[in-house]
Amino acid sequence: MALVLNEEQTMLRDAAKDFLGSRAPVSHHRQLRDNESQGGFSLELWAEMAEMGWAAIIIPESYGGLDYGYTGLGLVLEESGRTLSPSPLISTALLGASALILSGNEDLCEQWLPQIASGEKLLSLAFEESSQHRPATVNTLAEPEGDGYRLNGTKLAVMDGDTADAFIISVRTRRGDDPCEGISLFLVPADADGLGIETTKLLDNHRSSKIRLENVLVSRSQLLGPLHGGCPILKKTLDRGRIGMAAEMLGIAQETFARTVEYLKERKQFGVPIGIFQALQHRAAILFGEIELCKSVVLKALQAIDEDSDEVALLASLAKIKCGQTASLATAEGIQMHGGIGMTDEFDIGFFIKRWRSLNQQLGDSRYHLDRFARLKAF
Amino acid sequence: MSDDLNTFRMEVREWLEENCPEEMRSPMESDKDACWGGRNFIFQSEAQQRWLECMTARGWTAPDWPKEYGGGGLNREQLKILNHELGRINARPALYSFGISMLGPALLKYGNEEQKQTFLPPIVRGEIRWAQGYSEPNAGSDLANLQAPAVDMGDHYILNGSKIWTSYGDYGDWMFCLVRTDPDAPKHQGISFMLFDMETPGITVQPIKLISGRSPFCEVFFEDVRIPKEQQVGELNKGWSIAKYLLTHEREMISWSGLSKTGSDPLSKTAMEVIGESGGKLDDLILRADIARFEADELAFALTIERARDEVKAGVSLGAVSSWFKYFGTELNKQRYNLLMDIHGNDALAWTGEASNDGKLARDWLRTKGNSIEGGTSEIQLNIVAKHILGLPG
Repeated sequence: MALVLNEEQTMLRDAAKDFLGSRAPVSHHRQLRDNESQGGFSLELWAEMAEMGWAAIIIPESYGGLDYGYTGLGLVLEESGRTLSPSPLISTALLGASALILSGNEDLCEQWLPQIASGEKLLSLAFEESSQHRPATVNTLAEPEGDGYRLNGTKLAVMDGDTADAFIISVRTRRGDDPCEGISLFLVPADADGLGIETTKLLDNHRSSKIRLENVLVSRSQLLGPLHGGCPILKKTLDRGRIGMAAEMLGIAQETFARTVEYLKERKQFGVPIGIFQALQHRAAILFGEIELCKSVVLKALQAIDEDSDEVALLASLAKIKCGQTASLATAEGIQMHGGIGMTDEFDIGFFIKRWRSLNQQLGDSRYHLDRFARLKAF
Repeated sequence: MSDDLNTFRMEVREWLEENCPEEMRSPMESDKDACWGGRNFIFQSEAQQRWLECMTARGWTAPDWPKEYGGGGLNREQLKILNHELGRINARPALYSFGISMLGPALLKYGNEEQKQTFLPPIVRGEIRWAQGYSEPNAGSDLANLQAPAVDMGDHYILNGSKIWTSYGDYGDWMFCLVRTDPDAPKHQGISFMLFDMETPGITVQPIKLISGRSPFCEVFFEDVRIPKEQQVGELNKGWSIAKYLLTHEREMISWSGLSKTGSDPLSKTAMEVIGESGGKLDDLILRADIARFEADELAFALTIERARDEVKAGVSLGAVSSWFKYFGTELNKQRYNLLMDIHGNDALAWTGEASNDGKLARDWLRTKGNSIEGGTSEIQLNIVAKHILGLPG
């Protein structure tokens, strides 16, 4: 597939740009941040996004979705990175929907996907158990109990856990030599008996929860994919999430860079615009190129998901590496080149570095993915 | 794909099967295997000569040039197919030529009919090897400051001064050269583009020995060199536009060098073979991280070139982005050789002897240090990006 957008995709991107620019610009994020009583995102805004079809982009038509592909969702995420518009796009529309679609459990898909597509229901993936990204380290236990299972354990860093209607939880159903073997995935309603949610506000004003499971009973019908065989589904789901997060980081990098270049042309010191200084010009030019690399990587990775290519894992790690590093550079240079004003809360540029830090960390940082990239390339 | 293109593919495949000698279907073992053509070229083998003759007969050494000038007359789709089929059988390039990669495109755009008829067909056939006369001792990054004066003598010019960093100047049959024809005009407006035979009386060529111990570049001195007026290309005093056009081609050519050559192993594979593994990982974890970073950048760069080509096909012009390609491609290539030196450790230090192929790795490593200088330094490329893409002042 050519590494360019087709007409439909360009239209979707432009529509996203218009909508987010008018309904959810950075000032929307600031207003949520300043209002303690509100959550990490606005449910009203989410309803409008769902109205635009964004909750349904990757969901097959047979489940009430648009079947528009991951490239489309990636473009929306990239735009939402430019405006820092908070929403459950990643937790629900990307990760939650992907896990369900990949599970092949038709009953659960029929029960949940149409309601996700319409924006009525929210899902969160609960798979971490330590402060580091270790998706194969699973000590939450599921023991057989009657017709179903009894779940015990604690899950950490659950994205948008406070608003989820249900969680997709990774549990250990068997122990083997390979930690990936013996993991199963269950869909558990948030109001299940014995399920406790403790929520923390993060630096980017998004919400993250700790989920405690104490003798939570689930029926076998809540199992996603084969028993003991949840790991391949989890891995694929995470790769799709990583690529989506990379797209959002690409948006962050581009917006921060655009704002910074404008500032270099406006800000005068010594009687001249500071952009005249070569020390700044060369750093800006290098950043320009790094962003070009990220654009290619993200587009290729999104297309690879849509083509169900074998390269998705490698490209997901590549995307997380390059976009993580580049958005890091763009946001840090953004503050440095803005000087003192870049350090003030009143100025928006600081919001971008906070969101970058959150996205870079979740689902594995650049270092995690460099190691994985090397393993996938057999060295 | 259309039927026409499919037929073309089958024709190419069959033709190559018949005409590409078996010996030309493997990666080159050393620089000596490269065929540069020219008056004094000595073919390394009968196969090398036959391969060049077959390819030039079809015009496929310059496949997308018009047939009337000896080219292959292929359109973009056909060119892609030809390249793909050549790659499929690992065919070596039949001809390396600055005439094809640099001068030809400039002649096609700026040359008059007579010049095209005279110079293009011998370029396609590899009969004339071209040298580039651009830089001067006081005109490096500030190329437009070049001074070599060509004085109008009625039906000819008389050229003096010198050129430096002329690639393979000692092998060049002819030179395409930037000269000063108006010393009083602003520096960009007094430059002209001329062609001349290196055997013209008054030309001396002096190879420059580099830190690699090799001499791929020369200094060329002119003393009252006579250049007939019909060998001046384009408008008088407007040579700077031709120079810039040609530099873009050169930049693109150099930037592709950042991509690993087809057929060569990825660094990680070489490292695993040379250093070995421990628990499935390269047995030097910090080098492993460095190689991973490099290969991530290498893959990202390859995808970016792929995207740029797709955008050009979709009608977007590449423009100043080629400066960034030159910058990044050469920085990558330097990094590749730094890592190769690290991987080979003590063995990489050898300077002479058969085991090291006369210190090939060490010399190649040193040679790469020039990648970010020749064809416009990295710093100049970043200036171009800052000014022409980002619109920064200055």
